[in-house]
Amino acid sequence: MQTPFDKFAGTSRYITSEPLRQAVNIAVALRRPLLIKGEPGTGKTLLASAVAEDLHLSMLTWNVKSTSKAQDGLYVYDTVQRLQDSRFGDRDVSDIRQYIRLGPLGQALVSDEQVVLLIDEIDKADLEFPNDLLHELDAMQFTVTETGDTHKARQRPLVIITSNAEKELPDPFLRRCIFHFIEFPSPELMATIVRVHHPDLPERLMNQCLQKFYWLRELPGIRKRPSTSELIDWIGALVAAGLPLEDIQKGLPLAGALLKKPEDLEVCAGSSRARSTWR
Amino acid sequence: MSDALQSRHGVLLGFFYALRSRGLKVTPTQWLTVIEGLCLGLHAASLLGFYSMARAILVKDESELDDFDLVFAAHFQGMPEALRSIEQEIFDWLETPVAPYPIDPQWRQTLEQVDIEALRTKLEERLAQQKERHDGGSHWVGTGGTSAFGHSGFHPGGIRVGGQERLGTAVQVAAQRRFREHRRDQVLETRQMGVALKKLRALSREGQAEELDLEATIEASAKAAGELELVFTPPRHNAMSLLLAMDVGGSMEPYRRMVDALFSAAHAIRHFKRFEHVYFHNCIYERVYQDAAFEHGIPLSELQHRFDRDTRLVLVGDAHMYPGELTQRWGALSYYDQNEKPGLAYLALLRDHFKAAAWLNPMDERWWEAPSTRLVRQVFPMYPLTVAGVADLVKNLAKA
Repeated sequence: MQTPFDKFAGTSRYITSEPLRQAVNIAVALRRPLLIKGEPGTGKTLLASAVAEDLHLSMLTWNVKSTSKAQDGLYVYDTVQRLQDSRFGDRDVSDIRQYIRLGPLGQALVSDEQVVLLIDEIDKADLEFPNDLLHELDAMQFTVTETGDTHKARQRPLVIITSNAEKELPDPFLRRCIFHFIEFPSPELMATIVRVHHPDLPERLMNQCLQKFYWLRELPGIRKRPSTSELIDWIGALVAAGLPLEDIQKGLPLAGALLKKPEDLEVCAGSSRARSTWR
Repeated sequence: MSDALQSRHGVLLGFFYALRSRGLKVTPTQWLTVIEGLCLGLHAASLLGFYSMARAILVKDESELDDFDLVFAAHFQGMPEALRSIEQEIFDWLETPVAPYPIDPQWRQTLEQVDIEALRTKLEERLAQQKERHDGGSHWVGTGGTSAFGHSGFHPGGIRVGGQERLGTAVQVAAQRRFREHRRDQVLETRQMGVALKKLRALSREGQAEELDLEATIEASAKAAGELELVFTPPRHNAMSLLLAMDVGGSMEPYRRMVDALFSAAHAIRHFKRFEHVYFHNCIYERVYQDAAFEHGIPLSELQHRFDRDTRLVLVGDAHMYPGELTQRWGALSYYDQNEKPGLAYLALLRDHFKAAAWLNPMDERWWEAPSTRLVRQVFPMYPLTVAGVADLVKNLAKA
């Protein structure tokens, strides 16, 4: 028997590994938030929109910043505006509701239809941030203190959380999540991914590019290893420039698309030189 | 697999305890989540499916993946891929759900919250279905009506499985140990160091006043007889300063990469109010140096002047030298470091100037019994230069 997932294989633009597909499935079935970690550029953020698209659900995104507070995700009570209004008598200040603005999590919980909620880069915020979300994520409800209104989710949103591991997340939070670590794609998987973006790329060019790319990633001394998105950009640039295959075999043209740090470009140039003298 | 564990707890619970004895802090709640998953059939009746599911539920961080793999491979070695025996085990357990570890109150509490009856029904239904179909377990969410999406179906068709990766059996997959490089006790990656260092902080309010201070606003407005007086306060910032003193050259050469990783981490996170670094060789005497070439010296008196008591001092070095360099007057290795007092006296002087100081050692802890290392450890608390070591050090420094 085919699983619902496999039925649609081959129709999409988001390509993943079997374990990630299972992790999504498990999170959905157990109704737990899905926590995704992995190297930058492995498609953590894109996963949420792919899931939303396939389930025909709308998606809400909460981009977490270093100044974000858990409360902001639920709602913001604009005290300053209300105080100012009371001073100048512009609006009816007795109606507190007009000063309550729902954040992405708040919107997801009051929504009539089920939504996918992406909490992007949760590790950017303060260390206590995830813990402050625990109650709302567990109970799927929240109360606006200022008005006394309680909102309970009619449809439990599908929560996908990404983290770049800049900070460690607290244990109680982690225990409630389904965890998946996106491994860096193997060359075979990478070839499939590149095909989606550059369907007409000749086989030999593809192999050559992948070979260079994985060689570069393993180069000792590289500080910022190039990721999938950089590989795709680089191949795009190579195709646009119409460079012959020999150029890529010999050196690393347009290396700036792959390596973003001057130090890394130096390391790379140094090791290519070393290689050519050995030969 | 450890037979004693298995006979006492059964395969599944034995696995749970094996994880715990390996240091993974899995909780009863997580274990029950695994059972819920098994009842829902999320493991697709295969050991490989069980492996993915248990991993997703029980592992909390990529640094734990390798330990999980090791335990899994050891525990399920020789276990058939079909999971009938484990399913039977759960079934038996659901019949008489006793807390497997009755002394632990957490277990009892957790068990009381679970609707055992519902779980049993789910499992019964699914097992019955499975027998009828003889499909050997491709029973997925969406068809059994148990998923959040019911029969309307979960169709993430856009999520395509790519590549020709052959996964192999569960034990094979686990035995590959693909996550070895993420282990916390071995990896010394800059970013992970940064994560560890970020815990070193002391929050205080400084800078641009941006946040509305409600209390103060009410107070001020009341004083102004109701005329609105908005008061703002600066947001919280980290007020912690860090001074890093690094031993360079000589016996430290093999550890250059490790020290580099620590340095770039501290530098890159832009987390501290102030972060500065100085150099020394083997031991600190009259001065430290601004540069690794030892050209620009900073006398200790000036260092004490530049960095106040609240700064945290971290020394990085192997503490491996001729003991005389620590205990004798004029014992310094370098001709230019004329020391009137023994090296240990200078180290103690530095330690006493700062509220908290510690020493990071890149050498394996086996060598910490060397005479010079023991002497240094009498002055500074010493931690290994690993991610775990840095985390411990930070905990200690932050407390002060």
